[in-house]
Amino acid sequence: MSFSVPPSVIATGVLTGLVYGLGALGLSVIFGVVRVVNFAHGEIMVLGMYGAALLAQHAGLDPLAAAPLVAAVLFAGGWALQRGLINKLIGRPEHMQFILLAGVAMMLVNLMLMLFGPEAQAVQVAYAFDSFELGPLVLDKVRVYAALAAVLVAGGLSLFFSRTRLGKTIRACADNQLGARVVGLDVPRLYALTFGIGSATAGIAGCLLTLMVDVRPLLAPELTLLGFIIVIVGGLGSLTGALLGGLLIGVSEAFAGFLLLPSMKSMFSYGLLILILLLRPQGLLGKSS
Amino acid sequence: MSALSSDALSQAGAGLTARGWRVFGVWLAALLLVPTVADSYFLSVLTTLLWFAYLGQAWNVMMGFAGQLSLGHSLYVGLGAYSAAALFVHFGIGPWAGVWLGMLVAALAGAAIGVLGFRFRVRGVYFALLTIAFAELTRIGFSHISWLGGAGGLFLPVSQRVNNDLAGLRGTPAMFYYVILVLTLAALLLCRWLLGRRIGYYWQAIREDQEAAQALGIDVFRYKLAAVLISAAMTAVGGVFYAFFYNNLFPEQIFSLSRSIEIILDVLIGGIGTLFGPVFGGFVLTPLGELLTWSLDRAGINIPGAKQFVYGGVLVAIVIFLPDGIWPPLARRLGLTRASSDPVRSSEP
Repeated sequence: MSFSVPPSVIATGVLTGLVYGLGALGLSVIFGVVRVVNFAHGEIMVLGMYGAALLAQHAGLDPLAAAPLVAAVLFAGGWALQRGLINKLIGRPEHMQFILLAGVAMMLVNLMLMLFGPEAQAVQVAYAFDSFELGPLVLDKVRVYAALAAVLVAGGLSLFFSRTRLGKTIRACADNQLGARVVGLDVPRLYALTFGIGSATAGIAGCLLTLMVDVRPLLAPELTLLGFIIVIVGGLGSLTGALLGGLLIGVSEAFAGFLLLPSMKSMFSYGLLILILLLRPQGLLGKSS
Repeated sequence: MSALSSDALSQAGAGLTARGWRVFGVWLAALLLVPTVADSYFLSVLTTLLWFAYLGQAWNVMMGFAGQLSLGHSLYVGLGAYSAAALFVHFGIGPWAGVWLGMLVAALAGAAIGVLGFRFRVRGVYFALLTIAFAELTRIGFSHISWLGGAGGLFLPVSQRVNNDLAGLRGTPAMFYYVILVLTLAALLLCRWLLGRRIGYYWQAIREDQEAAQALGIDVFRYKLAAVLISAAMTAVGGVFYAFFYNNLFPEQIFSLSRSIEIILDVLIGGIGTLFGPVFGGFVLTPLGELLTWSLDRAGINIPGAKQFVYGGVLVAIVIFLPDGIWPPLARRLGLTRASSDPVRSSEP
């Protein structure tokens, strides 16, 4: 076995990791503000993937072009989920919210199983097999586009939270829920907005993921766990942390898939998760509380 | 308020009224007589029901009594199942010896998770994630151990299903039914006994307020760890039963996250932290699932996922509308338990 890893493997890991990171970003936003661990996050991502797949099949839309549409629909879905269900549990023990979302996840994954069947579906784009060559690097076009889009959306989110009035209001609400109530902010509404934003982000990540991975319902729990791993590694509630965590997981999986068996690559990630939970539970970039 | 009701329970054991005991007796008699009238399908449904109720009871020790959320209990099911199955397949050692190895291996895994988690102060949802991570790690690991069949599965030789050989756990569906019935009752008794002991009180104190429990001088680490060990070992016994009942083990199924979620369904429906909740929840959920399967069959619809979809919906509805479960309010309403005698998990912070 050779231990020299071709640079393309690393580059592929980086590009894939950015898309993972975007998905995890949604999870991180929701946790950071609503303090809910979204057990259904991967399910929402796969809903986004099916959205992209359906739009590609029936409208001939490229997943990149489908992303805004999918995001809008999932924003509404996430908003309704928070308004209708999760807001009812504010102030209850956190494990009840966790279990509630596990129930929602169970419903979503089986709904998709009923609607689309268990088989994997691929979304084909014209440039699926094209690549860019940069010296020794050979980069798949799809991965480059997906990663660029992920960085753009992440940048947009970051601007939203740092520059806009609404973004700042949401952050205020995240920093101090009681204080936000005292100054008259409509906390349940802000929570619903945040869950919508998180879901929309997950949906966009899902759309981008269809460029690289076949979609199947049972991908959802895997993505949920992957999201947990990434945000915990990067630090729950930290936006840059989520992207960094995504990069780290993407690269480590690419390494593990190259050096070991591909089927063992997620063992790496779970090992990393356990280490981080034990040694630095606030994550690499998270603030210790 | 919930602390008070917990105390009341521990003094009252199961907290059943005379009427409650009569209903319990009728229920038990009916269960004992079922194999004389039921067909094999009905029996297999009941066996699965009791299996999940048993596992729920085991999970309840950790979450319901001691307040430690595990979403990786499939780990202990799988370790128990694989330990006993490996002894049987490779060395011809029967399940009654294998069950000890299964309990030992599961307890060791539980000890690893507990010691790491509690020593490093991994709490609440993070602790739940830790349990998931260990279960997933094991799932992937077992898929690559060829000695245990790998991803292709480990199969136990099925010799016969006619003569009952209790020592080898080989026999008719009725035999397996009685075995799981006895296990379920034993788990119920064990839990009742534990709740009435010092350890039961300490667990509930830790569950309600860990800091306060610590301040009172309770060795929180030790008692939380005890809950994990007992729960893991009990769960492993269920795993051994699974191995010899189904005769095939796949890492993808037995260690799966969805199995871990299924294990907690009965408890949530019945009532987390209650003695009869897990069993009662099973008798609510399974008939619901069977009714659904039956109606879909009648309608000529075969959609995989429909049952699980409804189960997910039930889970959501319970959390929103009946966070304490169905059993505590129902039992009180019917006069089966004394007022505020079941240690209902507090749903208020």
